[in-house]
Amino acid sequence: MSRFTSTSYGNSPIHRFTHSLIIALWFSLLFFPFKGLEAAGILFVVLFTALFLLNILKRRRVSIKGTITNFKKYFSALKLPESKTRSIALIFLISTVVLTLPLYGHDYLIDIAVLSGIYIILAQGLNVVVGFTGLLNLGFVAFYAIGAYSYALLNTKLGIGFWTSMPLSLAVVTLSGFILAIPALRLRGDYLAIVTLGFGEIVRLVLNNWDSLTKGPNGISGIEPPYLFGMHIGRLSHFYYFILIFVLVAVFIIRRVADSRIGRAWIAIREDEIASSSIGINTTAYKLYSFAFGAFWAGVAGILFAAKMQFVSPESFTFMESVLILCMVILGGIGSIPGVILGAVILVMLPEMLREIQLYRMLALGSGLVMLMIFRPQGLIGGKGQ
Amino acid sequence: MFTQQLINGLTLGGVYALIALGYTMVYGILELINFAHGEIYMLGAYLGIIFLAFFTAIGLTSYSLPLALILTFILSVVFCSSYGFTIEKIAYKPLRNAPRLSPLISAIGVSIFLQNYVMLTQGASDKIFPHLFEKTSIELMGTSVTYTQIFIIAVSTVLMFFLNLFITKTRTGKAMRAVAQDKMMSSLVGINIDTVISVTFIIGSGLAAVAGLMVAIYYGLVNYSIGYIAGIKAFTAAVLGGIGSIPGAMFGGILLGLVESLSAGYISSEYKDAYAFVILIIILLIKPSGLFGKTQEEKV
Repeated sequence: MSRFTSTSYGNSPIHRFTHSLIIALWFSLLFFPFKGLEAAGILFVVLFTALFLLNILKRRRVSIKGTITNFKKYFSALKLPESKTRSIALIFLISTVVLTLPLYGHDYLIDIAVLSGIYIILAQGLNVVVGFTGLLNLGFVAFYAIGAYSYALLNTKLGIGFWTSMPLSLAVVTLSGFILAIPALRLRGDYLAIVTLGFGEIVRLVLNNWDSLTKGPNGISGIEPPYLFGMHIGRLSHFYYFILIFVLVAVFIIRRVADSRIGRAWIAIREDEIASSSIGINTTAYKLYSFAFGAFWAGVAGILFAAKMQFVSPESFTFMESVLILCMVILGGIGSIPGVILGAVILVMLPEMLREIQLYRMLALGSGLVMLMIFRPQGLIGGKGQ
Repeated sequence: MFTQQLINGLTLGGVYALIALGYTMVYGILELINFAHGEIYMLGAYLGIIFLAFFTAIGLTSYSLPLALILTFILSVVFCSSYGFTIEKIAYKPLRNAPRLSPLISAIGVSIFLQNYVMLTQGASDKIFPHLFEKTSIELMGTSVTYTQIFIIAVSTVLMFFLNLFITKTRTGKAMRAVAQDKMMSSLVGINIDTVISVTFIIGSGLAAVAGLMVAIYYGLVNYSIGYIAGIKAFTAAVLGGIGSIPGAMFGGILLGLVESLSAGYISSEYKDAYAFVILIIILLIKPSGLFGKTQEEKV
């Protein structure tokens, strides 16, 4: 908001007053037809007060900043002295909490944690495409859907178990990643984004309309949970550890690949495509790998999702889902693996915590995206970034 | 059946073309896919319902329907243009020099915000637009054409004609074309870039408002989620004609409307929404610059 209020209106109190007045009036006027005079009036009063206070405080911002730095100094004295010790302690703390969660958390919490795990894998997959390679994929949910439906169909139609259908489903997903990538990679930037979006929508429409195979909007139910050492993983706490292993493996592999020759080629392509092709990187091939590799992890997440819910329907794979995954990647920090984990956990947890104001959470998500782009485009934990 | 689908296609195409113009003008100047543009169209439809209900309540509609309708159109256009103007100032202007991903994501944010804004203030269920025109139709070459269809085709043609006149003949139109070609140079010769961008958003949003209102009259139903799919289709139309090209957007919109209604009529209507995407993908693969667009060489 502060950007919006800082115009060349001059600094005298009267100017500040009229400036706040005009902006508040403008927004309430825009709002007026949708909710009537009373609500617009309330909005006007609230906005005007907020803007005016903001305008007054702007002058004192320097002194406020000073207080904040003083506070920071005071608090940093309390923290562990060395940053390495601190990060080890942090890792130790987090891993203890994560490992022992089923011992003290009740089912609801574990359920959310399982969902977070699935989304972490999914967001890591998208991070490979968007974060490392710099290709905006707005139809990422398609691969998630293909993974989930492949497992669901193999399991319910042919009776193939979890571990046998996993490689089969993943082959299907990776192949679909290639199929999308081959035509899409001839395009750049925004066009690529739109084509991937179209791909996502086509996949959803096919799932929704191909009644004989996918049962259309009713979805497929009765999918088997995974089994391990001859027993089904039905209990939530077992499933939690099951997902945790997958998350750790995914993060480990993605990290290794990102640090390898391939990963560095991806980052080079993100930074400057022409320059990297001039130093001998086969950009098309590496972009293809990136798409297929990202799709692979979306497929893993999809299979786990189908196995967890034991039910899939096209409703879970809308464009909004793609946007949500993208938000996870952006919120934590594009291109940063811990950032993306944080983003996924926050965006799964937050709606659950905000159940009372559930209606407004999409409103907050939308405006949050705009504000994030304006004020902190590098995300919460700024990655190697753009 | 063929001529019937042709008329349906032309009606739909006129609407797509009006929305596509907003996309193409903004893209031509900012190189930004204005994701929120579809929502402006949805806002136009809602504002039409709201203002018409207001005029009915004060008795203007029964006094003179054309007057009420004209006022509704004017008010919706004014409000949508203001929304477009405000959105640009808040969500896109601060990001003008940011990496290209940022304004696109910001646009997605605006789109989500507006959808939920309308859902929260107006409710999630469908809104019914009152019947204005009698359901009578006239016979034309063996097919029946409703008055609403004639109205939509006529209004969109007239608007496109005037827009073309505006872009080619006026000073502001010339400035818009100059900014689309080279922002830096046009600012050096004294064109105010900010004003030109604002004008672009105002005109584009106004056209989208008209399109939204006309669709509300045509289908008689409005929902807060109509903006997304219409926006994507209009974007397809803009790409089809060559994004950045104004005649291209008009042509692409009409072509898309025709293809969609003909394939819905002859192939299958279940996949009605998928045709646009398939066309989009094919066009981008064969001729990414679109039918009227110029190929741009990437500079090092």
